[in-house]
Amino acid sequence: MSAEPDGGAGEVRLPPSLEGVERVQSVRTPIRLEYDYRPSAAAESYLRAYEDRRIIGHRSPVDGAVFIPPRGVDPRHGTATTDEVELPDTGHVGNFCVTHLPIPGRKDLELPYVSAWIHLDGAAVGFLGLVRGCATDEVRIGMRVRAVWKPDDELGATAENILHWEPTGEPDVPVEWAGNRAFLRGQAGLEDGADDEATDA
Amino acid sequence: MADAPLRADLILEYPFSRTTGPVIGAFLTGLREGVLLGIRRADGTVMVPPAEYEPDTGESLSELVEVGPAGEVVSWTWVDSPRPQSPWDRPHGLALVRLDGADTPMLHGVLVDSPDELATGMRVEVVWSDEREGHIADIAGFVPKEPS
Repeated sequence: MSAEPDGGAGEVRLPPSLEGVERVQSVRTPIRLEYDYRPSAAAESYLRAYEDRRIIGHRSPVDGAVFIPPRGVDPRHGTATTDEVELPDTGHVGNFCVTHLPIPGRKDLELPYVSAWIHLDGAAVGFLGLVRGCATDEVRIGMRVRAVWKPDDELGATAENILHWEPTGEPDVPVEWAGNRAFLRGQAGLEDGADDEATDA
Repeated sequence: MADAPLRADLILEYPFSRTTGPVIGAFLTGLREGVLLGIRRADGTVMVPPAEYEPDTGESLSELVEVGPAGEVVSWTWVDSPRPQSPWDRPHGLALVRLDGADTPMLHGVLVDSPDELATGMRVEVVWSDEREGHIADIAGFVPKEPS
């Protein structure tokens, strides 16, 4: 008899001692890694700034691109970065994902939820955040958002100070300039608000 | 005074489970029922733990046979400081045990108090866990077998 689609499960013969017992079909194989996280100097400074509701990035000496979270290096050029830049807590959604399935260990995430690449104004790259404050099907690439912070007396040296991001109601960033293209737009000398005609031209 | 450097516990955890297929599933079924299983190869020898395929040719294997519950230590080492993830929380041996009726050895713990109690060629027998669910931990380990 040729191989069955199930891999021939019906052909596997058990000794008489196991006849009729329910067969095991799956096995637990959990993976767990425990880290003792120690931030780099750049990350330490970034986390400390959160205590004062400040968000900082690093400016590349090569072309001025601002990276967040700061890693102490421009990953494109391998050039060390030390120039701290304070960024506003406003930006836009560069991309996003609506999740309908629960994540084990994150019962605090009410379903469905939206995780998004948040591109802060002035930053060359996005970083991850939750978008709330509107229906999930209203979230879109280019949507302007602002940070919703924890109360002052709950602030710590952690990015968790930002509970989520909510829509500002401002006009969207055009899709063609959303996400990482926002930086290219700045490079082209086109600043927010003054250039819609220029980008259309 | 400068603030103490930041640190945080970071735990990355995935609660995976995987399907076993018919042969590994049978092996695990055996463990749950307190029966050790190997699989007969084309040349008549018995492989433990069983594999779905003949190692030399890739042909499907299907005949599961009972082995053990005692066997012989083929090789061993001593674990003085089990890591936190270890199934065992005290010093123990790790041994390749060739079960009676098997032609290949399988790896598991040997529950003795000192490496002085371990030797290549010694006879050991399986100790089953009190609660079994179809998992390799259904075997609590092996202990030296007194000559009968």
